[in-house]
Amino acid sequence: MVNIKVLGSGCPNCQRLEATVRRVVQAQGIEAQIEKVSDFAEMMKYAILATPGLVINEKLVAAGRIPSDKDITGWLAQAAGQR
Amino acid sequence: MATELTEPRARLPRADLGTYAKLAGVALAWWAAYSVIYPISQWLTYGALGVAHGSHLGESLAFFLYDVPKILLLLSGMIFLISILRTFFSPERTRALLGGKRQGIGNILAAMLGIVTPFCSCSAVPLFIGFVESGIPLGVTFSFLIAAPTINEVAVVMLYGLFGWRVAGLYIASGLIIAIVAGIVIGRLRLERYVEDFVWQLQMAQGGPQEQLTWPERIGRAWGSVKEVVGKVWPYVVVGIAVGAGIHGYVPESALAGIMGKHAWWSVPAAVVLGVPLYSNAAGVIPIVSALMEKGASLGTVLAFMMSVVGLSLPETIILRRVLKPQLIAVFIGVVALAIVITGYLFNLVM
Repeated sequence: MVNIKVLGSGCPNCQRLEATVRRVVQAQGIEAQIEKVSDFAEMMKYAILATPGLVINEKLVAAGRIPSDKDITGWLAQAAGQR
Repeated sequence: MATELTEPRARLPRADLGTYAKLAGVALAWWAAYSVIYPISQWLTYGALGVAHGSHLGESLAFFLYDVPKILLLLSGMIFLISILRTFFSPERTRALLGGKRQGIGNILAAMLGIVTPFCSCSAVPLFIGFVESGIPLGVTFSFLIAAPTINEVAVVMLYGLFGWRVAGLYIASGLIIAIVAGIVIGRLRLERYVEDFVWQLQMAQGGPQEQLTWPERIGRAWGSVKEVVGKVWPYVVVGIAVGAGIHGYVPESALAGIMGKHAWWSVPAAVVLGVPLYSNAAGVIPIVSALMEKGASLGTVLAFMMSVVGLSLPETIILRRVLKPQLIAVFIGVVALAIVITGYLFNLVM
């Protein structure tokens, strides 16, 4: 089970990132738990300076942009392999 | 994220070569398109549609048909270049550069970094917390937060396209000065107690993702932001230029000199009071503003209006309210608005 967190306060890009992540997870058939974090205090634990942020298994992998499907697939495959 | 290098660096991977070839093709097409839009707009208006030369309709139509593709092409090209530049900067890097800088020099640096650092006003809160938590003074943080939205690439490109490089340069310079001065003033006022308490109590981890980008990745990201920005602003450009074109063709010269000209002393503060609650992006405001100026509104008044629309927006202040107490929000708006008014007067005086 991969734990994914989308950090963002509801801006358009944050919603797009969440949609992208859900699509990739479904396409890859990865067992994942997707969580949306919109509380700033909680968000800042991951040391982001720009939203949206993407956290996979408690590790911040991207901030301030929407990564490509390919990047997300790669990170998810890596995270799934570690467990 | 950096792609794994599987072959020696000396040889370009085939995929990279493809990216460069595509880029060269797009650049060529851009240049070709830019050189034919003027003749085409003239031919369409006076040839194909048979509108009479010198008529109101002809003036408006030719203006519209030339300016819309021109601005859209300029926007795409410039946003691409600026986005490439921005891949060398990140909020993390800017924070590192600002760390340990004193007031004054810190404000100047922060305002300048505000131009090149990728920033979206929806990120204002994490950025604010991240900056002040790492010890960057409040005033320096504000210099950044004022410069970043005010001097945005869309505003600068459209000013360049519709007024020329002098006005675009003046806009950048005055944006910088406003950000620096307002930041210094806010710093001097010692308003740290008006930052929401939770900000000071946060325990924040340092660092963040460090990226090593390759050139094809930079190009890919810049292309992505061209699509995003132009995709978002083009309707504003079209509507804005349509309104501008109407004014251009139909409103008599110097009709506005009396109410928006240099000699109407109250026009600058009125423009700011009107502009602060208005929220639009630069793309929608500038074409209208350019038409107003053509009819006798003065440069200072018009720039003051634009800056208060673009730089001080209601949505951003609402977002910032999460980390700032109302007193500090009020000081922030007040100081920036005052700085814009002074700049407006200065322009009217000098130009």
